[in-house]
Amino acid sequence: MTLRLSYFSWVRERMGVAEEEVAPPAETATIADLIRWLAERDERGGLAFADPGRIRVAIDGLMATPGTKLAGAGEVALFPPVTGG
Amino acid sequence: MIRVAVQSGAIDVPAEMDLHDAGGHGATASFIGRVRGDDGLIELFLEHHPVMTSAGLADLAHVAADRWQLAAITLIHRVGAMAPGDTIVLILASSRHRVEALAACEFLIDRLKTDVMLWKRETFVDGRAQWVEQRDGDHARAERWD
Repeated sequence: MTLRLSYFSWVRERMGVAEEEVAPPAETATIADLIRWLAERDERGGLAFADPGRIRVAIDGLMATPGTKLAGAGEVALFPPVTGG
Repeated sequence: MIRVAVQSGAIDVPAEMDLHDAGGHGATASFIGRVRGDDGLIELFLEHHPVMTSAGLADLAHVAADRWQLAAITLIHRVGAMAPGDTIVLILASSRHRVEALAACEFLIDRLKTDVMLWKRETFVDGRAQWVEQRDGDHARAERWD
């Protein structure tokens, strides 16, 4: 499975890139699995995803939850809670 | 009329008022959010998503239009680097009478703060920079509209 990830705000800063393509292992079934894999993959991921409770996720433009399945996903956006207005 | 925009240029409030008011509405409520220069802040940077930010604003405008009898909605958010005093967000909601216009305007800013993909970064005169954290009070206000 190949996913296109995009990062925003301090998640982007900690990851050092705004977007990247990744190929997580086959057992990565849900958003929670993906975040766990990113946190363990390297140091920057450890910094960005140490606290999954602070991460929000959208799959192909729709908000998702930790339990949302990744099957069929194109773009997965990962970001902190929003602070506009 | 529903007008939604995400823009890096300054928000021209008088021009937007004129555009919004074409036709003359009985009641118009407005909210203008500006950059505060507190604690030596010299820049406020607003990051956004290239697609989802404007889609989120449009969704909010349509929810408001379904919920209240509105003649016009203007919802404009600036992105990129701003200085103290600059307008960040402009919301105009018009109806025949004040109650619906005021309620819709308050709904739009409350929900914008919790639902739309925008992130603030503050830079201060001493060089410090920090991403703004979401406030619990913002969620409480947004949830009043559930």
